[in-house]
Amino acid sequence: MEDLSLHILDIAENSIAAGAKRVDIRIRESRREDLLSIEIADDGSGMKQDMLKKATDPFFTTRTTRRVGLGLPLFEQAARAAGGECRIVSRPGSGTSVTGVFRYSHVDRQPLGDIAETLLTLAVGNPGMEFTCRRQTDDADVFFNTAEIEAELRGAPIHSPAGIAAVRKSLERLREGVTHAVGNR
Amino acid sequence: MPKLKLEDLAEVREKARKATSLREGAARVKMTVHMGTCGIAAGARKIVEAALREVEQGDLRDVMVTTSGCAGLCSREPMATVEVVGEAPVKYVDLTEAKVKAIFKEHILGGKIVEQYALAIGSERAY
Ligand SMILES: Nc1ncnc2c1ncn2[C@@H]1O[C@H](COP(=O)(O)OP(=O)(O)OP(=O)(O)O)[C@@H](O)[C@H]1O
Ligand SMILES: [Mg+2]
Repeated sequence: MEDLSLHILDIAENSIAAGAKRVDIRIRESRREDLLSIEIADDGSGMKQDMLKKATDPFFTTRTTRRVGLGLPLFEQAARAAGGECRIVSRPGSGTSVTGVFRYSHVDRQPLGDIAETLLTLAVGNPGMEFTCRRQTDDADVFFNTAEIEAELRGAPIHSPAGIAAVRKSLERLREGVTHAVGNR
Repeated sequence: MPKLKLEDLAEVREKARKATSLREGAARVKMTVHMGTCGIAAGARKIVEAALREVEQGDLRDVMVTTSGCAGLCSREPMATVEVVGEAPVKYVDLTEAKVKAIFKEHILGGKIVEQYALAIGSERAY
């Protein structure tokens, strides 16, 4: 996986596969604390305790098309390589939350990448689901929510040309808000 | 009023069918990009992005770009399935942004399957 925004897309795909109606993504970038954390929380089917223990083992998967599951092991590996870790909290029936923490300044920390593209793909590719993304830096705090966009669209599908344009516009606000504050990374 | 030809009737029926499918909110064409871990690692997000640009630029209100889980053919990712209403689905493999452009022009808008990008298993075409 080239960057963290692609890991986020991949982990959110697990949520979708688990029947989630809503996925909340939270990104905290703090240079002050030398910390980057990424949380992906869903209201999907969740995992039982024994399954949760195996979830980051590449030889565990509930999928039937391939015998290994790579998404969670890759995310965990990316976190460990950057002096951090991956934590998963899950309860059957109430959902799952996957958190990766990274040392912000670690040489092996992957760049965040294009988080707006990830949200565009999730929002447009899964009509009827709700996605939120909160991105906090030391001096900015931006929020994205597909429910707001759906309300503005008044019945036009999110995958229509008007819908796609509305999602892009909303993501631009998220992007801008952050670049202003973060400056030149 | 000029005499109605068979082609005209076909056209009338086609228009009526399109109007119905629009009313029902069903798209004329659905493109599904597969989003398993291998698909994403192989560039599936760029494929979605390229398809969405085509929809926006052409103002294609009857084309729906969507995503789904892994299709199980990891070595041929990125992959997408194109379904035109009333026709058998076509799986496209090893996609690039340029191929997406061609698939929109020739298949989705032109009605002609881009055979060289479609999946073939042995001599049997998988569409
Ligand atoms: N958010 C989630 N909710 C419920 N179960 C999950 C969730 N995330 C992962 N799992 C379970 O853990 C398994 C391993 O996930 P992982 O992402 O590593 O592999 P995969 O999704 O099976 O395959 P791949 O990601 O390689 O396409 C999944 O098959 C699923 O059973
Ligand atoms: Mg996965």
